[in-house]
Amino acid sequence: MIEVLNLKKRFATAVALDGVSFSVQKGEVLGFLGPNGAGKTTTMRIITGFLIPDEGTVKVGEYDVLEHPLEVKRLIGYLPEDNPIYQEMRVNEFLNFVAEIRGLTGAEKRAAIERVIETTGLESKYKKTIETLSKGYKQRVGLAQALLHDPEILILDEPTTGLDPSQIVEIRRLIKDLGKEKTIVLSTHILPEVQVTASRVTIINQGKIVAQGTLEELTQKAAEGESTYVELRANPEDVEQTFSSVPWIERFQRVEERDGVYRWAVRGPEGQDIRENLFKLAVEKNWTLLELWRERATLEEIFLHLTTEEVPA
Amino acid sequence: MRGMTAILKKEFKAYWISPMGYIYLVVFLSLTMWIFFRGFFIINQANIRTFFSILPWVFLLFIPAITMRLWTEERRLGTLELILTLPVKDHEVLFGKFLAAYLFLIISLILTLPLPISVSLIGNLDWGQVITSYIGALLLGGAYLSIGIFASSISFNQIVSFILGAVFIFLLYLIGMQWILMTFPPKIAAVLQYLGLGYHYEGIIRGVLDIRDILYYLSVMAIFLYLNLRSIEIWRLGG
Ligand SMILES: Nc1ncnc2c1ncn2[C@@H]1O[C@H](COP(=O)(O)OP(=O)(O)OP(=O)(O)O)[C@@H](O)[C@H]1O
Ligand SMILES: [Mg+2]
Repeated sequence: MIEVLNLKKRFATAVALDGVSFSVQKGEVLGFLGPNGAGKTTTMRIITGFLIPDEGTVKVGEYDVLEHPLEVKRLIGYLPEDNPIYQEMRVNEFLNFVAEIRGLTGAEKRAAIERVIETTGLESKYKKTIETLSKGYKQRVGLAQALLHDPEILILDEPTTGLDPSQIVEIRRLIKDLGKEKTIVLSTHILPEVQVTASRVTIINQGKIVAQGTLEELTQKAAEGESTYVELRANPEDVEQTFSSVPWIERFQRVEERDGVYRWAVRGPEGQDIRENLFKLAVEKNWTLLELWRERATLEEIFLHLTTEEVPA
Repeated sequence: MRGMTAILKKEFKAYWISPMGYIYLVVFLSLTMWIFFRGFFIINQANIRTFFSILPWVFLLFIPAITMRLWTEERRLGTLELILTLPVKDHEVLFGKFLAAYLFLIISLILTLPLPISVSLIGNLDWGQVITSYIGALLLGGAYLSIGIFASSISFNQIVSFILGAVFIFLLYLIGMQWILMTFPPKIAAVLQYLGLGYHYEGIIRGVLDIRDILYYLSVMAIFLYLNLRSIEIWRLGG
């Protein structure tokens, strides 16, 4: 449905995108995850035809966004970052305006407006001036605007930023419902958001894609990153020599030492729990085992790790 | 077309959502009326020419005021992103805005009709010349509008947009004025005079509507609207 290929974008002061590629299948909800300044907004602005990339292509449906911007824009409903809307307009005026630009008229237009008002739960705010609404309701107006032409694709740039917790829950529920029938790309800089709403995740950092996959795949990968820690009172040279010789230890590293007590992080083969082996080994070698535990890297840690690590230029 | 009409409607309505539109109109009308009737009673002459000859100077402040918002506000509030990601061509957005401001100007000029009407009640009035002059005012105003809307595309601040618009208009007016032209050799002076915003208008309000004068104002509009399209292109490149 969306095919992003090798996007590059440089601004006067910064390189925003440095070869971003990913694709979104029909019906999928893609979480586009990255820390501040990663390039999420820039990518979305290029997909929606607001910005022109220095290099690379975007195909939406069967249209290239640079060659057929209007066709692409008809396929997409877009909620830009910080939800820019005309504050001095009334909700119905604003929706009417967007519907008219989208080419809706007469009964069709009225039906579309009625439908999005219902979908987004704006029935009671229909005649209110937008600036008098709460942030959560403004966000609904932004979403309503994006839904007017019943688009196949929704692009939502940080749709819950700045909302209070109950509003966040409501907007997420709305997005989740919409995700049942639409292809959605949703950007966020917080992991729980994609855990709640998305089926697949693309992580971007410093203008580069650093990981992608389904939530299960990423969680699996995170589990692969687990280490077993063992704290021993023993001769370290002796211990390390033994560690090197047993087949079920792939890597180890001394991480701490004090008063004759040493701690190692030990890695076994993928997906295998080596705690029991380590215990038996310690008994066999007559090392004093003080502590033994396993630390599973969570998705959070993976995300943090991926996005705080310097990406080589 | 539909997109352009929607933009036109929205921009035209925007003049009346806030009190600004009414304030502009009241100031515009009281200023023109005051200047006119002052001359009217002092010289005691029923000549509508006074009104038309001060119009370029009143427009100099009035028109940048009605255009300063058009792009500046969209860029400041970020709604530009909304507009430019809707399925409407850049030039349709531009024309929609331009025509909305034009419509506002036309209404302002219609509201000055009591001037020629009251003159015609007192003395005799050459309605042909009055109509020609109104056409001249619309052409001159259109040129000013195109400059003003371009000015609003190059700033993030409405006051700056207003000042830039007024300065651009003033400079383009200035190069055709006698006391500037005197400082140039005659050949250059002739060209400059032709390029100045006021020269053609002065011809028109004398009662002669020459096709070249019309073409001049249409060209000014075309040039500044084109420059405005270039501004949009630059925004899309991230500038
Ligand atoms: N119009 C612009 N002019 C100059 N630099 C820009 C512009 N837009 C973005 N940048 C820079 O490009 C980089 C990527 O910005 P972008 O807004 O795409 O990040 P983001 O992932 O959306 O971040 P956030 O989570 O803060 O919204 C940043 O370094 C930003 O400062
Ligand atoms: Mg962003």
